[in-house]
Amino acid sequence: MSITLANFLAIVAMAVATYGVRLAGLLIAEHIPQTGRVRAALEALPAAVLTSVVAPMALATGPAETLAAAITVLAAFRLPILAVVAVGVVSVVLLRLAFG
Amino acid sequence: MKKPREIPMRADTRFSDARAGFLLILPAAVACVPFALILGAMAAQKGLTPLEIGLMSSLVFAGGSQFVAVDLWTNPAPWLALGFAAFLVNLRFVLMTASLAGKLTHFAEWEKAIIVFFMADENWAVAEKRAAETLLTWPFLLGMIPFFYANWLFWTVLGTAIGEAFENPAAYGFDFAFTALFLGLAMAFWKGSRTGVVMAASAVTAALVSVVVDGAWYVIAGAFAGMAVAVLLPQKQVRAA
Repeated sequence: MSITLANFLAIVAMAVATYGVRLAGLLIAEHIPQTGRVRAALEALPAAVLTSVVAPMALATGPAETLAAAITVLAAFRLPILAVVAVGVVSVVLLRLAFG
Repeated sequence: MKKPREIPMRADTRFSDARAGFLLILPAAVACVPFALILGAMAAQKGLTPLEIGLMSSLVFAGGSQFVAVDLWTNPAPWLALGFAAFLVNLRFVLMTASLAGKLTHFAEWEKAIIVFFMADENWAVAEKRAAETLLTWPFLLGMIPFFYANWLFWTVLGTAIGEAFENPAAYGFDFAFTALFLGLAMAFWKGSRTGVVMAASAVTAALVSVVVDGAWYVIAGAFAGMAVAVLLPQKQVRAA
């Protein structure tokens, strides 16, 4: 059980950033546009960020990972999230075997 | 069928509100357990200790950004990049707490500031749903939030403690669980083909940047590419179910 200074600083930075955006929503509640380009950008943000985070693994690793990512996305149209993760993990194990 | 609710609460109303809060968050709390364990296991692989993950879970309390941070974690921790990544991943909270603020007008400012600290995707969704039916009350929030918070803290710390037992997560495909989880979470925001275009733009940009530039910049590049495409696409359909 220990904590390094660099890790502590990083956790505090994450905490400040996260509580900052939570508070910002309270403070600017009346000023967020309900339509238009700012709204469109903010609405696209969650999917854009989540996709970007995993893009190197999904597209720049190998054919097994890219195919498994495609299967995962298709599964997400139909299945609950835990099942989607299971489909993704099983796909990548089988495809890695297939592609050797 | 809305029942009018008087603001001064009777004891039995308080109890039934607290019970409703607990029961409504229970399924989400159970669904969080495997992710908390996976997060802990991945954190242990990066050399993070149970104490560090416990601190992160209690201070940040936002699963998506914790997954991203653990994925980007290097030694020594790049605190600025990790803070900025948390900011980007959690920027959606601006929209979420702004929407919730309209349902918390009967609370004092300091009470609102406390409530939003504990708002993550799952309990925010429950609170919004409840607010559409009846007035949000402290007993309801106290039935929901402390349990959901302690649940996340407990399982992420436990996952980190047992995660050291996994020698090679890639052998079981566990390294891909994170990718699958995030693709699944992204797809939860699906609003028709325009989301597909946004995701494709983000994916291609982020993958290219990750090959060319060291560090976490690919996340930012991909996020901005996706937002740029969303702004440039025709804005006819605002909201589809």
